[in-house]
Amino acid sequence: MKAGRARFQVFRAVMLVLFGAFFLVPIGAMFEFSTRGTGIAAPRTWAAWTSILTYPDLTNAIVASLELCVITSILMVILLLPTMVWVRLRLPRLRGVIEFICLLPLTIPAIVLIVGLVPIYYFMALNISDNILTLSLAYVILVLPYAYRSMDVGLAAIDVKTLTEAARSLGASWPTVMARIIVPNIRVAILNALLLSVALVLGEFTFANLLSYVNLQVAIAQLGRANAGVSISTAVASLLFAFVLLMVISFVGRRRPPSLAAAATDPQYLTSGQRT
Amino acid sequence: MTAAGNAAAVIDAGRPLQGGRRLPLTWLGAVPFLAYVGLFLLLPTVIVVAGAFVDKNGSVNLSELQTLNQPYVVKAYMSSVLLSVESALIGAVAGALLAYVIATGNPQGLLRRTVTSAAGVLAQFGGVTLAFAFIATIGGAGFLRVFLLDHGIDIYPGNIWLYDLPGLIVVYLYFQIPLMVLVFLPALDGIRPQWREATESLGGNAWHYWRYVAGPLLAPAFLGATLLLFANSFSAYATAAALINQGNPIVPLAIGNLIQSEVGLSDPGQAKALALGMIVIVAVVMISYSVLQRRTARWLQ
Repeated sequence: MKAGRARFQVFRAVMLVLFGAFFLVPIGAMFEFSTRGTGIAAPRTWAAWTSILTYPDLTNAIVASLELCVITSILMVILLLPTMVWVRLRLPRLRGVIEFICLLPLTIPAIVLIVGLVPIYYFMALNISDNILTLSLAYVILVLPYAYRSMDVGLAAIDVKTLTEAARSLGASWPTVMARIIVPNIRVAILNALLLSVALVLGEFTFANLLSYVNLQVAIAQLGRANAGVSISTAVASLLFAFVLLMVISFVGRRRPPSLAAAATDPQYLTSGQRT
Repeated sequence: MTAAGNAAAVIDAGRPLQGGRRLPLTWLGAVPFLAYVGLFLLLPTVIVVAGAFVDKNGSVNLSELQTLNQPYVVKAYMSSVLLSVESALIGAVAGALLAYVIATGNPQGLLRRTVTSAAGVLAQFGGVTLAFAFIATIGGAGFLRVFLLDHGIDIYPGNIWLYDLPGLIVVYLYFQIPLMVLVFLPALDGIRPQWREATESLGGNAWHYWRYVAGPLLAPAFLGATLLLFANSFSAYATAAALINQGNPIVPLAIGNLIQSEVGLSDPGQAKALALGMIVIVAVVMISYSVLQRRTARWLQ
């Protein structure tokens, strides 16, 4: 029995080392690659990192992606939060429908959705605007499932009905209720939703690439063909940024760090014909 | 619809003077949201599904769907399915193994917390960065490749398979294994030590336990998770697009090439037909997944 347990501990340790290597070596390799000098025996250099900002295509794309993050986040909250509160209070019958719709982007592959979005964006480019920031309209759809799950948890934790009725009976208008009662009470959930949205928008490639817009990931991919070092250092930087955001969530939330995948895999929400 | 009708009837009965007016006004609150998702989620879906049945002259027939018969399309679907099956199976087995290692450890331990939060991040890790990570690792001048070459091991005896389907399988495992851990860990946690003790007190050994107790209980969860991994890999576009620069060996890349205008070969109709095929396959897989998950949920509670 004792020998069996010792053998099992060795097996566990070996497994953990193997899995650890599989997941850590590629990350380390990116660092290694981005600090290589040119030439065979060249010393380590930070050139690929320090020169990130000297590529105008790249800096434009970084700015565009950051703007997309902000616009997508704002749109998402304005669109989703009042609807979710209203549905909880007045249209409980509609809750299942809203939930189904919000989780639908997990089931419909992004590559499928974009086929249908191309004509819509073509129409918008001709009649309204062809600015890269219009991408945020489609990004709101991509972040819906994660934002919904996060804010649903937040709203479930407070008594929306009583709070709202109390505020209303004291003469608060609906906008006041939203801004001063609901939002402060679920600010952690909103923050989670915002950070998940930002992480998702920063990493988005499919929509931008196929609509021929150059966001951060598209710029990295294009630069990768010309200067692999800089594009890899930028990729690592954006990865670190997203990682820091997710760490912020787990500290601010003081709960189990919410994960995009946890929302994507909850069986309760996957009843439809679905995902990324 | 019947629910709405009933409710209206109830309100009418209770408050004959107000009933007819209140209900529509309440519904207005959901209109902005429904209009938005209608425009950017449901309309694109309808465009894909309906567009697959309309030919280039605008008449309704199956000519676009017949393009699914073209050899390159059939080949792309075969490759996609093969890629997804392989990466799902390997990912499921490896992920289940990792989940088992975690589940048998301290439930409050640092290891478990680290692995589950890392899995949450890595399961969504993909696209350009992931492709670059593997190019930097086992690409032509990659860290591991060069290291192994210095020690007399060439991982590319023939061609550089990283930029082909075998490479995609390896790269996809990077998000498939964490996804498996996330999905399968709850099922493993549901296994009670008492069941093993019961097996042993009835004279069973480890093989009996896995074959007749834990195995049958975990099978639906394992199968369901494998299906989820299949759909996950089948839908993935960004990683493949960043890794493979030429040709369209899998369906998402083929669709991408068909709708990207700069390629000059764009054919939106055919793209819709290919996309409809993907919707059908993913829908079947995901419905089976949710059925299996519900089966698992019965004894997990």
